[in-house]
Amino acid sequence: MEYFAQQMINGVTLGSVYGLIAIGYTMVYGIIGMINFAHGDIFMVSAFVSLIVFIALLSIGITWIPLALLIVLIVSMAVTSVYGWTVERLAYRPLRASFRLAPLITAIGMSIVLQNYVQIVQGARVKPLPPVITGSYTLMEKDGFTVQISNMQIAIIVTTFILMIAFSALISKTSLGRCQRACEQDRTMAALLGINVDRTISLTFIMGAGLASVAGLMYLLYYGVIDFYIGFVVGIKAFTAAVLGGIGSLPGAMLGGLIIGLVETFWSAYFAIGYKDVAAFSILIIVLIFLPSGLLGKPEVEKI
Amino acid sequence: MTKNALTDALISSAIALALSVFMIGFRTTDAPGGLVLTYKIPLVISIVAVVFLGRLFLNLFWWRRPSSTKTKNRYFDILQVRWASGGISLHGITLLLAFALPLLLFVLNAKMNLGLPLRYWFDIATLVLTYIMLGWGLNIVVGMAGLLDLGYVAFYAIGAYSYALLAQHFGLSFWVCLPLAGLLAAVWGVALGFPVLRLRGDYLAIVTLAFGEIIRIVLLNWYQFTGGPDGLSGIPRPSFFGLPFKRYGDNTFHIFMGLEYSTLHRILFLYYLILILALLTYFVTNKMRRLPIGRAWEALREDEIACRSLGINTVNTKLTAFATGAMFGGLAGSFFATRQGFISPESFTFIESAIILAIVVLGGLGSQLGVVIASVVMIGGFELLRNMSWLKLLFGEDFDPSLYRMLLFGLAMVAIMVWKPRGFISSREPTILLKEKTQ
Repeated sequence: MEYFAQQMINGVTLGSVYGLIAIGYTMVYGIIGMINFAHGDIFMVSAFVSLIVFIALLSIGITWIPLALLIVLIVSMAVTSVYGWTVERLAYRPLRASFRLAPLITAIGMSIVLQNYVQIVQGARVKPLPPVITGSYTLMEKDGFTVQISNMQIAIIVTTFILMIAFSALISKTSLGRCQRACEQDRTMAALLGINVDRTISLTFIMGAGLASVAGLMYLLYYGVIDFYIGFVVGIKAFTAAVLGGIGSLPGAMLGGLIIGLVETFWSAYFAIGYKDVAAFSILIIVLIFLPSGLLGKPEVEKI
Repeated sequence: MTKNALTDALISSAIALALSVFMIGFRTTDAPGGLVLTYKIPLVISIVAVVFLGRLFLNLFWWRRPSSTKTKNRYFDILQVRWASGGISLHGITLLLAFALPLLLFVLNAKMNLGLPLRYWFDIATLVLTYIMLGWGLNIVVGMAGLLDLGYVAFYAIGAYSYALLAQHFGLSFWVCLPLAGLLAAVWGVALGFPVLRLRGDYLAIVTLAFGEIIRIVLLNWYQFTGGPDGLSGIPRPSFFGLPFKRYGDNTFHIFMGLEYSTLHRILFLYYLILILALLTYFVTNKMRRLPIGRAWEALREDEIACRSLGINTVNTKLTAFATGAMFGGLAGSFFATRQGFISPESFTFIESAIILAIVVLGGLGSQLGVVIASVVMIGGFELLRNMSWLKLLFGEDFDPSLYRMLLFGLAMVAIMVWKPRGFISSREPTILLKEKTQ
């Protein structure tokens, strides 16, 4: 029971990180209907930016952790947003009117570019960072087994929860959110009604990149090691989460993230750790067999 | 105008600054006691300067010119028409070139005294042909049936492991294993096809991707059976109808043929082997295109609902597409295993699937010639980048061109797609039309 509770906490933490990245996938898919393969690598770039800024801050003498982390978060969000915008501008916008597979190929191309770019400029070695946020609370203690939740885990879960609420409000309440939903439904009609479609799409990419950068910072602090390949590993899982939840749906992305995180954690805890990805992908395939548009996705109604 | 150009250049350089200041300006390096930063500020300044000046130049001189009425470059399209109609028999020329390539290289080498490393060139040609075959195989699934498959490499892996395991455990020869590997891959193709029958578009893409990853992870973890990350080594080499390519022995290829032993024999044999396998893929695909099943694939690609309304069995159509595509992937896989003599899950990562898909899409969906062009450009071209040591003269001793190979590969993918969104050869016409199209 205690072991189960501990794994539950770990799973929810991992699921939150996946969920945050999955939102980026799902928003982009919702608005332009393409798989943004480079999103995982944007997340990876953000983790690197966070690491660099954090070390730079320490080296110039800002050692009060909350302040340092705040600066890291702001800088990394800004820089990552520029990356997100640039990728959209260079690789996707010229192909807006093209057929479906063209932006998919440029997205894969961009993913290759970002991975190799980071490998060249930062090296292929794993980058370690000693724990920054330490301390934990003991929730239960029985027979010498303690169930703990660390401050870092609390920070991740709370941040994700707040961002999730903020984003839902942004999409449903603000005029930007209305523009996004309009573009989602019908881009031509939205343009006719005076919505700047290109700008809305760019902002969507910027928002997705911003969320990815929060996830990047959290990943860096939680795991303490990053390399140029995490973008693919985590990105593919987050994308699975987005599809599992029903691509295009914000709560779906979060739900999918949690499910994938929990499945992965429990599988590693109770069965073979080597096959945890197989478990995650199998859940996806099984769910899609019965619900072809994901858990919370709207079934596609085709009109002839 | 000048002011606009200046603002634009300033904005661009600001973006370049934001992109590069942390990622390029600082480099994290290991040091005792954690990571430290080394600074590369001059590099950032030069990048920003180049972007600023370049953008300014483009704005002032290049983009200002009135856009002339460009005559569209129809070269590739004309090529396609000729290829399809077989007018000048482009088939014949390409085929002849492929068959005569080794001879050509030999003669050139001897006459011009180029001193080419022949082995290296044949290896590249073999590699390109492997990708052409894979491209043609995937073309059946993606180009003809319109089913987006991001896990094609799984079938390549299944073919390779089938051959390796069958040959090692049962001592079967390559020629027995080849059809078996193809068959096994086809069975797996159907196994993948079943759960995804109801899925559309991108849901299909992610499931096929997941399938590819599952296969790779299983190969990586099933240590007793597949050797795990160590892979399988000592895979038997192919023989020329029972005659092995060995230096010593009683009944070897060179003794039978009365030739002097040369390692090139095997390389040449492998080249022709993959050439024949690729041609088999080509002809079978072309034949199937004209059969009812091929028509059904193309109909499915164009409109699934219409397809169903007309009484086409979409289940069978999809499954045969997956199975046929997978079979050719499997054949190519067993060729890969016998050529390398060693396989490990490393060779079957997602990036391979992405490269094969890129070849199909860059070539032009559904176009056979496009796959050839794209393979030659993307695989052959980038293989040549591997040893461009002359670049060291340009950029200094510590410049490693092979490091930039994949970066350039990705950039080329983006650039080609933006330049020609429909691929090199952009024809996606159904092979049969009710009425002749009015041009």
